[in-house]
Amino acid sequence: MKRMFWVVLCILALVLAGTAMADTPKKGGTLVFGRGGDSVGLDPAYETDGNSFQVCDNIFEALVFYADESTALEPGLAESWDISPDGKTYTFKLRKGVKFHDGTAMDANAVVFSIGRMMKDRNVKFLGKGYEIPAQERPPEYWVSMEMDDIVGSIEAVDEYTVVFKLKMVNAPFLANMGMDFADIISPTAFLKNPKEFLRSPVGTGPFKFVSWVKDDRIILEKFDAYWDKAAGPYLDKVIFRSIPENSVRFLELKTGNIHICQFPNPQDIMLAKKDKNLILPTQPGMNVGYLSFNHTKEPWKSNVNLRKAIGHAINRKAIVDNLYQGMGQVAKNPIPPTMWGYNESIPGYAYDPAKAKEYLKKAGFPNGEGLGEINLWSMPVPRPYNPDGVKIGEAMAADLAKVGITAKVVTYEWGTYLKRQREQPEDMDLFQLGWTGDNGDPDNFLAVLFDGKASTAIRTQWIHDEYHDLMVKGRETIDQAERDKIYQKALQIFFDECPAIAVAHSTVIWPALKNVNNFKLHPTGSVRLKNVWLK
Amino acid sequence: MLAYILRRIMIMIPTLLGVTVIVFLMLHATPGDPAELLLGERATTESLEQLREHLGLNKPLHVQYGLFLSRLLKGDLGETIWTRQKVWTEVKQRFPATIELSLVALFISCFAGMILGIISATKQYSLFDYASMIGALAGVSMPIFWLGLVFMLIFSLNLGWLPLSGRLSISVDLEVITNFYILDAILTGNWPAFKDAVWHIIMPAVTLSTIPTAIVARMTRSAMLDVLRQDYIKTAKAKGLSQLKVIFKHALRNAMIPVVTTIGLQFGVLLGGAILTETIFAWPGVGKWMYDAVMQRDYMVIQGGTLFIAGLFVVINLLVDLLYAVINPRISIQ
Repeated sequence: MKRMFWVVLCILALVLAGTAMADTPKKGGTLVFGRGGDSVGLDPAYETDGNSFQVCDNIFEALVFYADESTALEPGLAESWDISPDGKTYTFKLRKGVKFHDGTAMDANAVVFSIGRMMKDRNVKFLGKGYEIPAQERPPEYWVSMEMDDIVGSIEAVDEYTVVFKLKMVNAPFLANMGMDFADIISPTAFLKNPKEFLRSPVGTGPFKFVSWVKDDRIILEKFDAYWDKAAGPYLDKVIFRSIPENSVRFLELKTGNIHICQFPNPQDIMLAKKDKNLILPTQPGMNVGYLSFNHTKEPWKSNVNLRKAIGHAINRKAIVDNLYQGMGQVAKNPIPPTMWGYNESIPGYAYDPAKAKEYLKKAGFPNGEGLGEINLWSMPVPRPYNPDGVKIGEAMAADLAKVGITAKVVTYEWGTYLKRQREQPEDMDLFQLGWTGDNGDPDNFLAVLFDGKASTAIRTQWIHDEYHDLMVKGRETIDQAERDKIYQKALQIFFDECPAIAVAHSTVIWPALKNVNNFKLHPTGSVRLKNVWLK
Repeated sequence: MLAYILRRIMIMIPTLLGVTVIVFLMLHATPGDPAELLLGERATTESLEQLREHLGLNKPLHVQYGLFLSRLLKGDLGETIWTRQKVWTEVKQRFPATIELSLVALFISCFAGMILGIISATKQYSLFDYASMIGALAGVSMPIFWLGLVFMLIFSLNLGWLPLSGRLSISVDLEVITNFYILDAILTGNWPAFKDAVWHIIMPAVTLSTIPTAIVARMTRSAMLDVLRQDYIKTAKAKGLSQLKVIFKHALRNAMIPVVTTIGLQFGVLLGGAILTETIFAWPGVGKWMYDAVMQRDYMVIQGGTLFIAGLFVVINLLVDLLYAVINPRISIQ
């Protein structure tokens, strides 16, 4: 009995030691990340696509960081920040001893340069001589589309490690914006050496430095030995981003162990991956929404709330998620994802209920769809992160609408034309599908940008509602997050009552990986961060 | 001969100019706007306007075309819309990959196609003849996409003989000089890289060669059958020459003219097939690049790339015509 005790104890000790060892990050190794396409460029200020940003995520860093699996803000290249009582002055205290990959120091002037180069009117002040900012090669897309020129008034380096941003107006999402890729801090020295080529020879402060790029094939990054954060990674010696356009081939490469992580596999392959003992399935609910909205510039959609609600109850969104998202998604109640603050749990959502839909149709003055005629349901021609197949989903919706007596025709255009014509709210568009992937984890980035039609004619859902608009303005001008949370919850209640659009689903992201990949976490924004990843 | 070549080169100029006009008009007649596609859902009216202005898309069509031509005359194909790089630089990086793949595929299809065609012709109506002609029919009708995946499943996943995709393994280093990896490996004497590059090219090249192989086989067969019925073949046989000598010395040379024409044309087919093959095998060549450019409406890439391919095509046709004279001395080029 006694011997038995010792044997058990020894086994237990070995197992514990094994687990402890398994959890201690191991240094070294090369990780190959398999993806569907190549990066367009690697200058974060000018890129617009995920394939570019996911490489930038590892080369560059911003003033503020997003937490591991959320968009909660953490100190980044700025150790701390102060916001003036009027909410218009942000003072960032920079981390000391941070070096760029080219050996130059990351300081206040570098921050002024990196952000200042995107401003239309270069209202910047360097410390000492500073830098000459060259003319823009092209408009910095994110800066322009986030309307940053209307927000940022001036940027000033006060001392070597202090930068002051003066805003033109109070803008609560500003701080979260400073964590986005476009606001990454770059090495001014490297940029000025050859501004036209910086996007192909990027230099930042991130855990990995750029080594080489074979177009449409691979981008190679190498561990940055002088990385400032000594407490954690980078653990990997080398990271290779490989482009393998065909989804099924990319998955085969993963199965044969040639790549470590497989981005965006076919849903059928995820079923196979679940059965494969050599694979793990990192999963993350995406910060996105696919929605169905109305042409609010014309009747009957503009003022007939009952008709809009009838559509909400007629569509079987669960069937769409189960069959067309192939389970990789969840039915939406609100037009913001449930992981985001401001989410209103108490909203019941529009349950699938054809009888109720018919009731609303009657109330709307179109009993059994009579008098409505054939309506056009616009559906996008390409898969998007929030919608795997616009046309098929459109057809499913049309079939659901037919059950309550509404005849809908699925209409589609080439993607660029679709986006362009949709913005014009043409007469031949009644319902349209679209969606959004969040940038910064702020509810404003969904609720105002997508649905506050009163703010601008460029908003894709031209719904004009005074109270909702006022809440959006108030949300932006309020700094306190608890206060803002209440504002957005209220806005979501109005959204539910008025039904300006129907939130269909939030897609889930699953990227299978080899079992020896440790600590790989998917980020809701779609960022790929390999700093803490290690190979067993 | 020299005068002939010069004259042909002079004809190339209006041909290529015609290509630029047609491509330009087609591009602008198709719906879609690169600015919308570049900015996607998040585009604002302001950001779109700024980008269009920057790319010169707001200018009238004839002005845009004029700008393109004036740059072209200076030897500049312009800058791509998406990657903001000189089109020529991008061409230089990708064309070698496609040409390398196409040449290997062309070699395979000439070799295999001609052998199959010759045997079929000499053993007409035999089992081999039927089998190879049915095989050829299958080869023409087989979707490249499906075939590529089947090859991968058999030769990579099950047998483990060949690598799945790409041009070179991650673990292999190669100093790139010409971007033709096989050639670069030979030039630098890097034999592990040579073997790796050859191993990588086999599957995509065989996949790409199926259609041309089938066409060359059928063409060779019919041309050979035609020649074998001629009187001089009978004479050669009557003289007591061996079967091999009759076929290779007397028949094949005369049967080659239509075959060479076909092979020249097949190069164009190969470049077209490269789009699919490159996509499946993650081959970083021009096919996938041009396809993406069409989807993204990257006008500069489409214009520059098409011009380059058209130029290549014209040059190959010229080479084919010159080859006629070499094969058949009765044809003189003046």
